[in-house]
Amino acid sequence: MKLHIQNGRLIDPANGIDAIRDLYIAEGKIVAIREAGQTWPDFASNRTIDAAGLVVAPGFVDLSARLREPGYEYKATLESEMEAAMHGGVTSLVCPPDTDPVLEEPGLVEMLKYRAKSLNQAHVYPLGALTVGLKGETLTEMAELTEAGCVGFSQAAEPILDTVVLLRAMQYAKTFGYSVWLRPQDGYLSRNGLAHGGPVAARLGLAGIPTIAETIALNTIFELVRVTGARVHLCRMSSAAGLELVRSAKKEGLPITCDVGAHHIHLTEDDIGFFDSNARMLPPFRSRTDRDAISQCLLDGTIDAICSDHTPVDDDEKLLPFGEATPGATGLELLLSLALKWADQCVSQDQQQLSRAIAKITSDAARIVGLPCGQLSMGSVADICIFDPAARWKVCASTLASQGKHTPFLEHELTGQVKFTIVEGRVAYEP
Amino acid sequence: MLNPQLNTNGELQHLLTIEGLPQAVITHILDTASSFVGVSDREVKKVPLMRGKSVFNLFFENSTRTRTTFEIAAKRLSADVINLNIDSSSASKGESLLDTVDNLTAMHSDMFVVRHSQSGAPFLIAQHLSRNRQHHVHVVNAGDGRHAHPTQGLLDMYTIRHYKKDFSNLTVAIVGDVLHSRVARSDIQALKTLGVPEIRLIGPKTLIPSQMEQMGVRVFTCMNEGLKDVDVIIMLRLQNERMSGALLPSAQEFFKSYGLTPERLALAKRDAIVMHPGPMNRGVEIDSAVADGTQAVILPQVTYGIAVRMAVMSILAGNQ
Repeated sequence: MKLHIQNGRLIDPANGIDAIRDLYIAEGKIVAIREAGQTWPDFASNRTIDAAGLVVAPGFVDLSARLREPGYEYKATLESEMEAAMHGGVTSLVCPPDTDPVLEEPGLVEMLKYRAKSLNQAHVYPLGALTVGLKGETLTEMAELTEAGCVGFSQAAEPILDTVVLLRAMQYAKTFGYSVWLRPQDGYLSRNGLAHGGPVAARLGLAGIPTIAETIALNTIFELVRVTGARVHLCRMSSAAGLELVRSAKKEGLPITCDVGAHHIHLTEDDIGFFDSNARMLPPFRSRTDRDAISQCLLDGTIDAICSDHTPVDDDEKLLPFGEATPGATGLELLLSLALKWADQCVSQDQQQLSRAIAKITSDAARIVGLPCGQLSMGSVADICIFDPAARWKVCASTLASQGKHTPFLEHELTGQVKFTIVEGRVAYEP
Repeated sequence: MLNPQLNTNGELQHLLTIEGLPQAVITHILDTASSFVGVSDREVKKVPLMRGKSVFNLFFENSTRTRTTFEIAAKRLSADVINLNIDSSSASKGESLLDTVDNLTAMHSDMFVVRHSQSGAPFLIAQHLSRNRQHHVHVVNAGDGRHAHPTQGLLDMYTIRHYKKDFSNLTVAIVGDVLHSRVARSDIQALKTLGVPEIRLIGPKTLIPSQMEQMGVRVFTCMNEGLKDVDVIIMLRLQNERMSGALLPSAQEFFKSYGLTPERLALAKRDAIVMHPGPMNRGVEIDSAVADGTQAVILPQVTYGIAVRMAVMSILAGNQ
């Protein structure tokens, strides 16, 4: 299969390219990148895509997408969510271990990878459970899990209450060079919390999750990183104060990276409105100051990547009183648009803004996991997303491919529509 | 943001919270209530305003007291009342909240009086009814989690208006467990809307969320300072399970610092009134000498509560 993508605006942040280029793909790899006018007439492609007016970018790398398998097939299946990934231009995704059973057995990880591979869509990179059952007590067989295909170890949204266990987990992971993915959220201060511990929660009578739940956890993690030298990826930052700590820890040279959920770049505690359970998230949406800090920290590099934090939740678990609803939102199909929305609103509007936004969901994300994807270099695997950066679309439950239909952006119009998703040189999705 | 409890004509479709209710709506409810106060003194304690209407008391959290006051109010309006304690029926069989509501709507309910342990549950029901175009069905919030207890807020306003006539020069103190209190939140919003210039919250820092000040109140941690020259004292109930633990060391110590004694009451204005939403814990938040004293209006609150709930229900039933 030979594919020729012509006249597109190629944006490849890893190689610093933002220009009109033709792309030639053969046997699943990029074999040539040519400027307009220097085309390759005898390439003899099986298919030519005219990408005039469209952006040609690396396929997106999502640092957190729940596929709900094994165990939660009633919420979503691998088939539905992989389809959603294709609709969203996501060609590589990292999935957290909070399945049922949790990803703590090499067999489960192999099964998941095998099932995903047989669907022949996005590449799936599982995170193994850091502790057995995510209970924060006993370490998992990290070496075996790595052999089975885990790219790091995580507690998903479960905290480790016992600091000794966290210390040991980081020491052990460091021994073998594995990275530890942690959500900075103090387990005690966030327990039973439903919303940001701010004026909205106080007014609505919702138990709060205070900002110090994040900062105290971060301070603990940073102390442990100093002692162990473990490489830590901080998942789902939510507060200005927390980001300030990350900024100085990075300056200090600690081996840390961090991401933010795409919804959190845009929304605040006010979006809960009158108890809208679609806005029930973990971590919670915080204040305007926090949201603005997130936006700023994406710009200055304190935040390395944007992820969808895709969490399919069915009606039975969302159409409930706010405090009983399951937290989370569908995200795979919104990742691009929410990243572009950030680029669009950014204070320093310039030509590179689009490229910066794409970097946050491609090369910067890939670097955190140590994956070779997220770029369009010569010889690299042809995972590509071609999108219309100006096309507007409405988020509708009926048109989302994901089985999770809940997001605070439901019925909103967003900009940026995927036109082609290409996996290993094969057109895997076109609307 | 659209106020989900007003219909397109700006009339009250549901009573879910005091927040966002125009002053005129509150005053109209209080005025209507005063016309109902006399009904309870008649030989035939009934008016036919809701004859043929079905009111479902949907109590997902046990409360004999509040349920009874709603039941009496509905019956005095000649409505048919059905009491459902969901705690002990559907929920334990796994039926979801909205399935229960759909079933009862299919039985041609006209009004749901909802109590739920989760903040916001009545909003979910109201939104669901509106999505299903059941615009003739009304929802009254009878207390949701820590969020709101609007009829209690309104009956408190009725009581204050009865004794103080005018809201515009009052100082009102709310004392105790504000953190968990839906009554406090509804009272604060009602007092603000009615133009009370000074609202004070009194309690230890563990029981008063620091963000409360953004609701336009003054926070006092010292009871004696907070009570100085107030016109109205609203004591809040301290739940048994919160009397000892990380929030408070003991009921005794709470009484020592925040219990309303005759000595402390003397710091307020001479004609100050003492209110309590009930049920009272004598010797925990309030001394018996105060509870039974001349300044206490706790039993009149209960009486006015019936009239206020009659007012709310009849107004809702009249707004289609």
